[in-house]
Amino acid sequence: MAPAVRRRRHVANLTLEQREESVDQMPSGTPDNFLHTEDLTKVYASRDGPVRALDGVSIGERRGEFLSILGPSGCGKSTFLMLVAGLISISSGTITVDGQPVTGPRTDIGIVFQSPVLLEWRTALGNVMLQAEARGLDRKAAEARARELLVSVGLGGFEDKYPHELSGGMRQRVSICRALIHNPEHLLMDEPFGALDSLTRDQLGLDLLEIWNRRHMTVLFVTHSVAEAVFLSDRVVVMTPRPGRIDRIIDIDLPRPRRLAMRETPEFVEYSREILAMFVKRGVLQEAEGEAP
Amino acid sequence: MNDAAPSRDPARQAPPTIEEVEARLQEDQANREARNRIWSFLFPSAMVVALFALWEGVTLVFTIPAFLLPAPSEILVSIEAHAGLILKESVVTTIEIALGFGLSVVVGIPLALAIFLWTPFALTVYPLLVGSQAVPKVAVAPLFLIWFGFGLLPKVLIAFLIAFFPIVINTVMGLSGIEREKIYLAQSMGLSPMRTFYKIRLPNALPSIFAGFKISITLAVVGAVVGEFVGGDAGLGYMLMVANGSMDTALLFAGLVALTLLGVVFFGLIVVVERFMLPAHAIDSATVARQS
Repeated sequence: MAPAVRRRRHVANLTLEQREESVDQMPSGTPDNFLHTEDLTKVYASRDGPVRALDGVSIGERRGEFLSILGPSGCGKSTFLMLVAGLISISSGTITVDGQPVTGPRTDIGIVFQSPVLLEWRTALGNVMLQAEARGLDRKAAEARARELLVSVGLGGFEDKYPHELSGGMRQRVSICRALIHNPEHLLMDEPFGALDSLTRDQLGLDLLEIWNRRHMTVLFVTHSVAEAVFLSDRVVVMTPRPGRIDRIIDIDLPRPRRLAMRETPEFVEYSREILAMFVKRGVLQEAEGEAP
Repeated sequence: MNDAAPSRDPARQAPPTIEEVEARLQEDQANREARNRIWSFLFPSAMVVALFALWEGVTLVFTIPAFLLPAPSEILVSIEAHAGLILKESVVTTIEIALGFGLSVVVGIPLALAIFLWTPFALTVYPLLVGSQAVPKVAVAPLFLIWFGFGLLPKVLIAFLIAFFPIVINTVMGLSGIEREKIYLAQSMGLSPMRTFYKIRLPNALPSIFAGFKISITLAVVGAVVGEFVGGDAGLGYMLMVANGSMDTALLFAGLVALTLLGVVFFGLIVVVERFMLPAHAIDSATVARQS
């Protein structure tokens, strides 16, 4: 509503076609493109006929990039993440990582799900160590790193607690530590903060950016929160509702490190407005009829 | 009113510090817990004593003959008089229960694993297994007598036959009832199916497996006694039949007491093993109990 909101930003000056071109022109396997998906389609067979979860999604993610997939429930964004992780089968299209096609579960990743998925019979430390044990990392070094990681997300003193003794936010922190202990090149996160209260969410977002900044990882982040996507990402891929297609890819030109106060800046608000306008256009959000601003 | 209070009473004490409040509340809580612990023992004990007193009183007042309903005091006398016999027969029954339950575990768990791991086996065996449960197993006991004679074996087999099914079912359910994400997680870590099984799937199933053990052990007691009823020459079940034949109702009750104790001890043993193997789950159930 404020005049600043309606001011066109340079990102918005690019047409949709121009922006899509800039993505498509990057051939897979260039040093710039770490992850590349080409016409990725996922169809589920069901008794009521086939269900299109994802329809021809082509995305390139640069090495070291923080890329968010943003969309309403049922747009196939989680499906996209599971496909990229190699955990479910591709119906059509290709995924390449570093030029290599993904054909089975990828083990070069750290993965965080919406629920923490902790083993109830292991302590916080034990859960983080599961990753190290599975990969046969040196036990002593791994344990030192695990403890360090837990302290870095504010879980110092909780190493020997069992999951049921921790709050929801603490459990998700443990699960993030577990996804990081082996220094993965690619961190995949499926609505990791979706079940948390907004303050915990903000804090974990800041923690994540700090970790990402220190480790130079590539992060693929799935979310349904516009503010979260804009705040965290270098680029936001906005999806259409079912079946999931790419609606638009938006570059977020906000300075780093990101500060919470940036969420009130006109630039930030403009990005949010732009995305919300897309959701309104696609019928994801419906406003009551009234005079247009 | 709050504003006026200090001026009206200038000598009033300063409000307690937060540390004092903490100490008081902590102490109250400790007292309450201690009292609850005593009460949770005292109340049921008092109830049992009251019931026995009533029982004793009723048999006295209405002069009920001992062969119909012996007074608790008479049962105690009988237990004391036949202590040696009861102990001797208890040993026999204990062995039958332990072997029957042991066999249930030794057969039930691998059977469940095979059903879980090998689909063709599951497709052929599982429906038969479930269908076989419709057969009243107690009625099979006389058949076992013909096949296996009067010794220990038929009793163990009957106990096994009754007791193994819950172990199979609970193990299969525990193994298959796992969140998909846990398996995804294992795959992303590069865990082989074998290591996923013993690092994640099996521990994940343990609470369910132990629930199966608890059902199974009580059924093993039933199985052993039924076996002794049908064709025994020893054991508590056999003693019950003899006491019945000689109208020694007090001894019958004494046998019942021994069997009950036996069942409780076996159940307790499983609980102890469970606590030992699942420390985290045990803490969990303890917190639940405290909260409720």
